[in-house]
Amino acid sequence: MGSAAAPLLSVRELEVHFPTSDGLVKAVNGLTFDLEAGKTLGIVGESGSGKSVSSMAIMGLHRGTNAKISGEIVLDGVNLLDISAEEMRKKRGREVSMIFQDPLSAMHPYYTVGNQIAEAYRVHNDVSKKVAKQRAVEMLERVGIPNPDKRVNDYPHQFSGGMRQRAMIAMGLINDPNLLIADEPTTALDVTVQAQILDLLQDLQREFNSAVIIITHDLGVVAEMADDVLVMYAGRAVEHGPCKEILTHPEMPYTWGLLSSVPDLTGDTEARLIPIPGNPPSLLNPPPGCPFHPRCAHRDKVPGDLCRTELPLLVPGQRGETHTKRCHLPNPDAIYATEVLPEIAPDLAAGAAPTRAEEL
Amino acid sequence: MKDEMSDESANAGMVGMAHEMADDRALAARAAGHGAAVAMPGAKPILEVDRLRMYFPVKSPGLFRRTVGQVQAVDGVSFQVAEATSLGLVGESGCGKSTTGRLITRLYKPTGGAIRFEGQDIADAKPAELKPLRREIQMIFQDPYTSLNPRQTVGSIVGAPLAIHKVLPKDKILPRVQELLEIVGLNPEHYNRYPHEFSGGQRQRIGIARALTLQPKLLVADEPVSALDVSIQAQVINLLQDIQNEFGVAFLFIAHDLAIVRHFCPEIAVMYLGKIVEIGDRDSIYSNAHHPYTQALLSAVPDVKQAASGSRIERIRLQGDVPSPIEPPSGCRFRTRCPIAQEICARHEPPLLQIGKRHKVACHFPGRLGQAPREPLTAGLLGVDSEGRPDPGASPSTDLVEQPGYADTWFDLDNKSIGRA
Repeated sequence: MGSAAAPLLSVRELEVHFPTSDGLVKAVNGLTFDLEAGKTLGIVGESGSGKSVSSMAIMGLHRGTNAKISGEIVLDGVNLLDISAEEMRKKRGREVSMIFQDPLSAMHPYYTVGNQIAEAYRVHNDVSKKVAKQRAVEMLERVGIPNPDKRVNDYPHQFSGGMRQRAMIAMGLINDPNLLIADEPTTALDVTVQAQILDLLQDLQREFNSAVIIITHDLGVVAEMADDVLVMYAGRAVEHGPCKEILTHPEMPYTWGLLSSVPDLTGDTEARLIPIPGNPPSLLNPPPGCPFHPRCAHRDKVPGDLCRTELPLLVPGQRGETHTKRCHLPNPDAIYATEVLPEIAPDLAAGAAPTRAEEL
Repeated sequence: MKDEMSDESANAGMVGMAHEMADDRALAARAAGHGAAVAMPGAKPILEVDRLRMYFPVKSPGLFRRTVGQVQAVDGVSFQVAEATSLGLVGESGCGKSTTGRLITRLYKPTGGAIRFEGQDIADAKPAELKPLRREIQMIFQDPYTSLNPRQTVGSIVGAPLAIHKVLPKDKILPRVQELLEIVGLNPEHYNRYPHEFSGGQRQRIGIARALTLQPKLLVADEPVSALDVSIQAQVINLLQDIQNEFGVAFLFIAHDLAIVRHFCPEIAVMYLGKIVEIGDRDSIYSNAHHPYTQALLSAVPDVKQAASGSRIERIRLQGDVPSPIEPPSGCRFRTRCPIAQEICARHEPPLLQIGKRHKVACHFPGRLGQAPREPLTAGLLGVDSEGRPDPGASPSTDLVEQPGYADTWFDLDNKSIGRA
């Protein structure tokens, strides 16, 4: 976006489509974003919004399937969609690695944890088994596993959920990758363990200066972890910008819906939650125009039939160049301040009103 | 039933809430004399759980499957659920909250303790006695994908309870099913569809319709929204609230999401390793938590508003994982991860003390975050010194058995005196 240095990862007009017997499933459409080294991008969306599919495309995990991928994924100046499977294999794990949601099914039950971590190291480094195992012990210690020299010989089922996720992180970071993709890294974990893992990820990111993409449906996790946020709906980015900006001045009704449908720990308990009506659309036949329009409570504020007929572009809104949104609403900021915020956070709205009066 | 109730409440009177200071104990004893009224303002309890225990045997491998240990999934849990209100049960996985729910619906037979539903103890009820009970207590399950029979139509799933309990003649079942589908926001014409034709949120609505069929008085909802997408969660929570308002159903709401529990339940119990560590009304738990575990849980929740406004409270880092319930730590079960644990915590289990009108906590050092007392508050009660060694000079309180419900006198930590309703 506005930065002078070339970003580490640059995704341009990424499309991932799956031909099925029912028709073409357009899982990701025209996804464009940049990510700099040492920064964290949070991708938020519901199941089926294309967030996992796009990260798997970055990892090159759709190779060998019938998925149709187009666009550009440029990592460190190399377009990952142009290189051979062998070259991709060399990058996978070394330059870009991934942490999966469910560490029990992502690890092989027949091999010890240490074996699996050491293997990730030996694939990319010409070292003996002994050295690799030593390195695995170091990594386990770094991610906070107690007695790493003994636990390295344990099988995944002997680890608790939080420890397995730590071992996954050790495996992901053993080659010091430039880009780490964490796909719902804490969804399967309890809150106290989630807090431990998020802290660990932040510490390690600072230490290794990796770029991190964190995929989640939990806006709270994004709020704590991310520098930038990308909100996805029906395979498209619908809002993108700096984290604090998106959370305090969202301009897209879907983001409003996400914010209003989760209660928080301080809000008014008498207030009703405001759900997003209906269900996410089918990606086989997405609705015409804006994919969110059948569920949007504000489409009557857009003149004419625009929402139903024309797909809005991802363009900067009223809040500067870095904050882009895909919506026809002419004055989202005003609608958010007067209609949405008072309902979801009356305390913030009441606090905001006087300052605005002072400005006038 | 009446006698039983008044007896209960007399026992529930605050007894010996003193630590080493003798006058505190005198105060407490005086308070105990007055503590006779039931502390459930307005509503009478529909469900009363008293020292409920569930131990699952651990069998040895091989031919002779001897019992080699016990998983103490639920160990002495007491609480009340008032008519037409909700009690939230929160805790991490493995803390026994789901087992508690399954005990109350009598999917398991408890190892010990009492479950009084409308005054009648159902803990030992035989299968024949349980059948009428099933009309009163129903359950909503977590996973809408595995809790519906894929070979049955929605109509037969929702209508099955009516047929089993012979509530309605066969030809009246369908209209009732359609009425129920309408209540939960599904198209009544879809009664002949199969579960796979519905989305996750819709399936959860089918599960709710099935639970409502017999017009139960108590619904046990075990993580009813955790398998659903965020935008759908709010729909289902609102539906459950509407159902509660319209039909006056009481809820035992089991969840790990603290924000959703706060939104749904006026009263919350926090569980850790099979025990209740803190129980109280919404304000006591969320704004005035006195147990270090509750404080840690609350500080661990990632919060959008706090992060956006930059006013993040410091996160309490709990070390390690929940210990095994087969061999729980001695004394206080939380001590292995507790930031303020001392020697007494390893020696003695803290009793669940009432410290507010509707607020009980099980900790030797209860206090607001950062204000925990230096000396154990419970030493006098247990008849030990501040390190947990037996104190010959002290006279331990004999009546520390945890009672469900609240007494109308309690130990006020701020004023070191007896609080009164």
